[in-house]
Amino acid sequence: MSDLSLSKTVEAAPPRQFDFDRALNTFGAWTLAILWALPLLYAIWTAFHPAAYEANFELFAPLTLENFTKAWSAAPFAQYFLNTTMLVTLILVAQFVLCTLAAYAFARFEFPGSNILFTLVLLQLLVMPDILIVENYKMIRNLGLIDTIVAIGLPYMASGFGIFLLRQTFKTIPRELDEAARVEGAGPLLVLWKVYVPLAIPTYLAYGLVSVSHHWNNFLWPLIITNSVETRPVTVGLSIFAAVDGGVEWSVINAATLMTSGPLLIAFLLFQRQFVQSFMRAGIK
Amino acid sequence: MTRRMQWIYAWLLLTPAMVMLFAFTHFPAITTIINSFFSTPRGRRPAKFVGLRNYEELMADPIFWKVLVNNLWYAMATIPASIGISLLMAIWVNDKLKGRSLVRMSFFAPTVLPLIAVANIWLFFYTPGFGLIDQIRMGVFGLPENSWLGQQETVLICMMVVTIWKEAGFFMIFYLAALQAIPPSYKEAADIEGASRWTFFWKITWPLLMPTTLFVSINAVINSFRLVDHIFTMTGGGPDNASSLLLFYIYEVAFKYWQTSYAATLTVVMLALLSIIAIGQFFFMDRRVHYR
Repeated sequence: MSDLSLSKTVEAAPPRQFDFDRALNTFGAWTLAILWALPLLYAIWTAFHPAAYEANFELFAPLTLENFTKAWSAAPFAQYFLNTTMLVTLILVAQFVLCTLAAYAFARFEFPGSNILFTLVLLQLLVMPDILIVENYKMIRNLGLIDTIVAIGLPYMASGFGIFLLRQTFKTIPRELDEAARVEGAGPLLVLWKVYVPLAIPTYLAYGLVSVSHHWNNFLWPLIITNSVETRPVTVGLSIFAAVDGGVEWSVINAATLMTSGPLLIAFLLFQRQFVQSFMRAGIK
Repeated sequence: MTRRMQWIYAWLLLTPAMVMLFAFTHFPAITTIINSFFSTPRGRRPAKFVGLRNYEELMADPIFWKVLVNNLWYAMATIPASIGISLLMAIWVNDKLKGRSLVRMSFFAPTVLPLIAVANIWLFFYTPGFGLIDQIRMGVFGLPENSWLGQQETVLICMMVVTIWKEAGFFMIFYLAALQAIPPSYKEAADIEGASRWTFFWKITWPLLMPTTLFVSINAVINSFRLVDHIFTMTGGGPDNASSLLLFYIYEVAFKYWQTSYAATLTVVMLALLSIIAIGQFFFMDRRVHYR
C-alpha cells in the first residue's frame, strides 16, 4: 500500500511533515506486540533465573539452567517427548496417505455420490472428533486400543480439512499434464505419484506444519485415552507434573512449560516466514 | 478408462479415508444421539430405552444451565474480540512499520504454543498477591490483593483473556492473506479521490474482507466450544462451575462420574448449538459477502 503523504494528491501535502497517524499506528502496534509477548517473556525470565527472582525483576539477576534439570529429572519428559514425536509422525503420515488418495478421487474422478460424500467430508470441519469424546472413547475401547499411541491418532487420521485442502490444490493442476502421462501408459496411481504429489509439495508443507503443531498441542483426547507413562504425550505429562500441589516451584513449572513448547518454538523462530506463509496458504479457500 | 472403471477407481481411492471418517466422526455423532435416549449401562444392567428422561434431567440440571450460559457469554465475548484484534493486528503488520517482523512474531507466537502449557504462565499472572497483575496493582496503585480466579465475577473473564490472546494471532494470518490479495490500485484510486484511511477501510477493505471474516468467525465459534484445555490447569471449572464450559462439563460427566448417557445428551446439545450458529452465521453473513 502506498503511503498517504507520498501519494500524488492535487493539494500536495508539505514534504517531511510529521505523520501523526503513522506515529500513532506504530505506537499502537508496538504496545500490543509487547503486551502479547509478555507471558512468553515472563516464562523465559523465570525459567532461566533462580526461584528467588520469580517476581523480582533485576536486570543482573544470576542466570541458571537448574530449573530445566530439576524439571527434566522430576518427570519422565524424555519418554513423553518420544511419545509425542511418534504420535505426530504417525498422524502426519496417515493423513498424507489417506487425504491424498481421497482428494485425488474428489478432484479428478466423476462418480455417483461424489457430492454427498464431499459434503460428509466437509461436515467434519464443524463436527470435529474433539467434541465426540464420549462415543470415540467407546469405539476405541471396543477396538481394545485404550492407552495406546495409535488410539490417540486414530480419530484424526482422515482429516476433512486435509482432504479439502489437497483437493483444491489438485484441481489447479492442468489436466494436460495428467493426460500426457496417461498417454505414456501410466495408471492413475502412478500419475498421482509422478504428477500431482510433486506439484502439491507447498500444500503438503503447509498442511504438515499446521497438523504437527495442532497435534503436538492437543490435550483433551490424549488425556482421556492414555493412562501410563509409555503412551502419554508431553501436554498430558506437563499437566500431571504441574498439578502436583504445592511442591513444585513456579520457576521449575515454567522451565517445563518452555521445554514442552520448545521444539515448536525453536522451529517457529527459525522458519518464521515459512510458518506464517504455510498457515496463510492453509487458510486460503 | 471406461466410466465404470472410473467409478470403481474413485471409490477404491476414497474407501480408506471414508471408513476412518465414518468410524470416528459420523458414526459416533449418530450413536451420540441414539444413546441420549438410553440409560447408562452399569455392571450387569444393560442400557435401556428411557425416552426423553435424559433430556428432562438436563432441563432440571442447574449446572447444565450455568455452564451453557457461561459458554454463550464466553463465545459472545471472545469471538468479536479476537476477530477485532486480529484484524487490527493484520492491518498493522501489513503496513510499513518499524520492526514489522518482530511485531508479527510476537502476535503469532501464542498460536504455536500448547494451550495447556501457556495456561501455566497465565495461572501465575493471576496468582493473588504474588502474580504479575496483582504486583502491578498493589505496587503502582496501592490496591489490595485480589483472587482473580477465585471469584465467580472475574474468573470467566480471566479465561476469555487467555483465549483471545491465544487465538488472535492465528486469525491475523488469514486477514493478512486477504489484505495482501487486495490490489494496490484500489488504494491509489482512493488516494487520488482524497478518501481518508477510515473511509477507505469501511468502504473498500472491510467489504472485501467479508469472506475472510465469515471463515474466521466460524472458526472462532467452533473454538469457543472446543478449546477447554486451559480450564484443566487454571481452575478445574471452579469456583462453583463459574468457569466451566460445555465440553469441560461433558468431560466431567463422562469421565469423572461415568454417566455416559447424560454426557451423550449434553453432546447433542453441543452439536445442535454448533449447527444452529454455523448455519445462522452462514446465512446472515452470506448476504453481506455477496454484497460487493
